[in-house]
Amino acid sequence: MKKKIKIKINGKINRINDKTKLSDLVKNLKVPLKKVAIELNREIVDKKNLNKINLKVNDNIEIVHFIGGG
Amino acid sequence: MKKDNLIISKKKFNSRLIVGTGKYKNLVECAKAIKISGADIVTVAVRRVNITDKKKPLLMDYIDPKKITYLPNTAGCFNSDEALRTLRLAREIGGWKLVKLEVLGDKQNLFPEMIETLKSTEILTKEGFKVMVYCNDDPLMAKRLENVGAAAIMPLAAPIGSGLGILNKVNIQIIRDQTKLPLIIDAGLGQASDAVIAMELGCDGVLVNTAIAKAKKPFEMARAFKNAVIAGRQSFLSGRIKKKIMGSASSPKEGII
Repeated sequence: MKKKIKIKINGKINRINDKTKLSDLVKNLKVPLKKVAIELNREIVDKKNLNKINLKVNDNIEIVHFIGGG
Repeated sequence: MKKDNLIISKKKFNSRLIVGTGKYKNLVECAKAIKISGADIVTVAVRRVNITDKKKPLLMDYIDPKKITYLPNTAGCFNSDEALRTLRLAREIGGWKLVKLEVLGDKQNLFPEMIETLKSTEILTKEGFKVMVYCNDDPLMAKRLENVGAAAIMPLAAPIGSGLGILNKVNIQIIRDQTKLPLIIDAGLGQASDAVIAMELGCDGVLVNTAIAKAKKPFEMARAFKNAVIAGRQSFLSGRIKKKIMGSASSPKEGII
């Protein structure tokens, strides 16, 4: 069995397989990539490089989009 | 007649009314109100994607960013770091460089924290953003924002969502007289006549959210604001008469029976 690690996605703790690629994670979450921005540990991730990033324990991911606001 | 566009950072817009997309009952109502308002620019907020409820409707599915200019806003930020982070993320979503900076200082009155706002304006401008800045109706601070490269000055009429209308017309007039930058009244308008007053003072536009979204009839109010902005602008461009204390009859005296 693959080793599981804890990461945070949008403030909530999630358990995922170790060394999951960020591209696979967002794919699994069905995130509409063109409509979001992604931060990994407070650094903006270039969406072209998502498949180059292997997630590790305690990574902190923020996925944001536009909503109604003033 | 020469086309009277609103120009911000060399970009032309037909409408001088900018509307917010918050506080509507739902996105259908929001989209319809925006359409009726005729606005070319809408403010939007940056928030976490709901990763557990994937069926939640998305703003972009209702308001097409190819047709309407999204103006990412930092509403809810209380310091420079939060505001910078928000707008850098906004730019990453789809290359948005024209942004609205709003750094608040107090959770009750929602007045802008101007020291942090000034600092953020300078940094963002250096990073290539075109920053439209929500600010106090303070001519000195407006000047300082201009000096660090603001793309537009957006003084409040009154506290956000208060509906009080323009509280300090004199200050707005002073800011108008001192700057050639786009001057847009942001926050605090309550009814269409407030927008007329703003435009008659020579402002280049107004930004309205709550007054439309929370009106009993948002669509009618959207139309009222659209017309008010046009009327106010025409009135401003027409050159009003001088005010006098005494009366001046409209009918000629000659030929009185």
